Amino acid sequence: MDVRGGSGVNRIAKRPVKTLFYVAAVLGIFLSTCSPANALPAFARKYGMPCSSCHEAWPKLSPFGQQFKDNGYQMGNDRDAPIFQQPAYWPVTFRITPIWHRESNDKTQVDGSNGVGGNEATVTTHGFDWSGLDFHTAGTLANNYSFYVLPSSDNTAAFHFESVWARIDNIGGSSWINVKLGKFELDNLLSEKRILTLTNVSGVYTNYHFQPVGEAYKFGIGDNQVGVEWMGHSKNDRTRISASLLSSSDGQPSVPNSRAYNGYFAASQAFEVGSLGLQRVGGFAYIGQAPTYFQFTNGGPTAGLPGTGIGNKGFQRYGLIGMWYVKKFDITTIFFHSHDSAYLGTNTPSGGPLNPTGALPTGAQAPTWNGGLFESHYNFNPQLILINRYELVRMSQQALSTNPGNLGNADVLTFGARYYPFISSRAGFAYHGEYAIIWQKGVSPVTATNQTTSSLLFGFDFAF
Amino acid sequence: MRRLQITKIVLILAIGIAVPFAGFGQQMESHIGNLTGHSEAGRQLYYRYCWGCHGARGNGDGENAPYLNILPRNFVIGAFKCRSTPTGTLPLDSDLFSTLKRGINFTNMPNWSALTDQQRADLVAFIKTFSPRWKTEKPGDAIQVPAEPALSVASIKHGSELFQKLECWKCHGQEGRGDGPSASTLTDSNDQPIRPYNFTSDNRSKCGKTNQDLYKIFMTGLDGTPMPSFADVIKPEDAWDLVHFLRTLQYNNKSPELALWLSTKEGAEIVNAKKVQNTYTGSGVKP
Repeated sequence: MDVRGGSGVNRIAKRPVKTLFYVAAVLGIFLSTCSPANALPAFARKYGMPCSSCHEAWPKLSPFGQQFKDNGYQMGNDRDAPIFQQPAYWPVTFRITPIWHRESNDKTQVDGSNGVGGNEATVTTHGFDWSGLDFHTAGTLANNYSFYVLPSSDNTAAFHFESVWARIDNIGGSSWINVKLGKFELDNLLSEKRILTLTNVSGVYTNYHFQPVGEAYKFGIGDNQVGVEWMGHSKNDRTRISASLLSSSDGQPSVPNSRAYNGYFAASQAFEVGSLGLQRVGGFAYIGQAPTYFQFTNGGPTAGLPGTGIGNKGFQRYGLIGMWYVKKFDITTIFFHSHDSAYLGTNTPSGGPLNPTGALPTGAQAPTWNGGLFESHYNFNPQLILINRYELVRMSQQALSTNPGNLGNADVLTFGARYYPFISSRAGFAYHGEYAIIWQKGVSPVTATNQTTSSLLFGFDFAF
Repeated sequence: MRRLQITKIVLILAIGIAVPFAGFGQQMESHIGNLTGHSEAGRQLYYRYCWGCHGARGNGDGENAPYLNILPRNFVIGAFKCRSTPTGTLPLDSDLFSTLKRGINFTNMPNWSALTDQQRADLVAFIKTFSPRWKTEKPGDAIQVPAEPALSVASIKHGSELFQKLECWKCHGQEGRGDGPSASTLTDSNDQPIRPYNFTSDNRSKCGKTNQDLYKIFMTGLDGTPMPSFADVIKPEDAWDLVHFLRTLQYNNKSPELALWLSTKEGAEIVNAKKVQNTYTGSGVKP
């Protein structure tokens, strides 16, 4: 299983056509995994505050920024409604990142002595490039009515809607009642949309997207989802709690997997520890279900009619999170536990014309795994942040009992630094450098042996 | 001779380098309850959160100051609106701490309740390094806030009379909407136009929302604004009557004072005649 899908190019001179194909594939995958991040100079311009107020290092939020977001993009000082802005004020920010990067994969499928696609080789590519483009537009429509729309593209300018939501804030004057409807990021304390790393390997959190080898159903707790969210928080944001009802579509439009609903719950509590700073602990749970076959087909027995998914089977993601500060140093720790139905793990219909008895394959069992994440930062000052992350995923039960016990296990190590040469309320700019490497067990495409993929990236990350 | 010249050059260079930074080298502490704030820690926070408005030197000339309709506080002057100390004196550390936690309503100063108490204490300590007043002066003695007398219709009526007698209406307007005949002429200590408080807009004043906060504003004034201190003009019991009356001007705030006033025929007629129905047109901000 390769949660990145990253690959590369080898022996370039020998096969130019395939070389081009691989390069395109690598870049496409890389750019599709560059998560849009939320850093909005539009807010800084509105309130006249430096980006460092709301971001420890943009796009990562500070507690003050989190409070601002939770309060519906409002400071609460009666300067929040658009009526207080110049009529020409238009809350739009764009972000894009010109880069140089190097991608390497030691077990890429290539042609060779074993025929077409019968061999593996180390493939390395490098060159200048650019990321996708994000157009963030967000703010308040009036007091306690906020919105966020994010058209986002890959580097070919193929756009999709990454976020589309409106929120009614502080209903009845209570900070405990806020309701959001649309496509939005789950209330993850460690936000993947505000991730500080950009490489192919580490541009997303492995634990947020991990799925057992062979499972076709796609779900990522880091993906923006479609639904409705209730969120409440104390005035000072020390206590936060939320619950969401979501379509089981992994954020895709037009409800292709409709008629299944998922729930997400998150809660956390922050507390002060003297001069060390604000500590926060919390937990989350995603209780999901997904169809395993279609009620109707149209075009043959395997062509399911979209929207008629049926035979739902469950999956769950649980986690405990701690965000620990020791003055300028902070570390986030997360423990994950995940569990999928054996039907989802083995892509088996639980009924229907293809499997009327709902029988599972021999040896099928519910895949279960645990994960850990340790992400540390050293914030020298608002202009410089050092980043380190280590993630691991360990399967505790495979989807098929015949699979090796460690199949798909992953370890990811990342080092990075971002330097912001200026801190302003008008725009943001960062020199970005990062190296990330992932080791995975038994996932190489031909020999099913261990695979190593690494990324090196330097870039100018800017938002205006 | 040559060694002497070198020594002189080194000394001149050292002085030349040191003098511009002399003001930034001083250390300050703040004391709020059991908390002790340190200016060095506050410096880092200031240059993360505050300098955009208040400026790198604390004189209120941050890069965003030209775009704000109420200019940021100039910390070098050392004059602060929200105090518990007499007019013209330095505030207590706890006053600055409270302002940071609460923010200043109707300005761009947000509440910083998301920060920890220690961080706010550190910021207070650093803010004090900007003004030389903190080296030579001590904060004033906190004014005493006597216990609030029982609310009564007589108290509200007396407060109404004081509102006329003290000519509060000249700035705040007869209905408390901040539109008195002098309103358009007022300026703050930065010579910037300033609008008197509109009592009908909210139940929060610049310096807090409790009756005690309102009482303190009469007695301390808002330094740097045209709002004077009335400590030498009215007695404490009169100030409380004025507080009770002003609460009745806040039509959208279900206060005990307004409820009592509405229960009288006279009060109901006055309030209903003045009240603007809340249509939520435009900004959604209550009129």
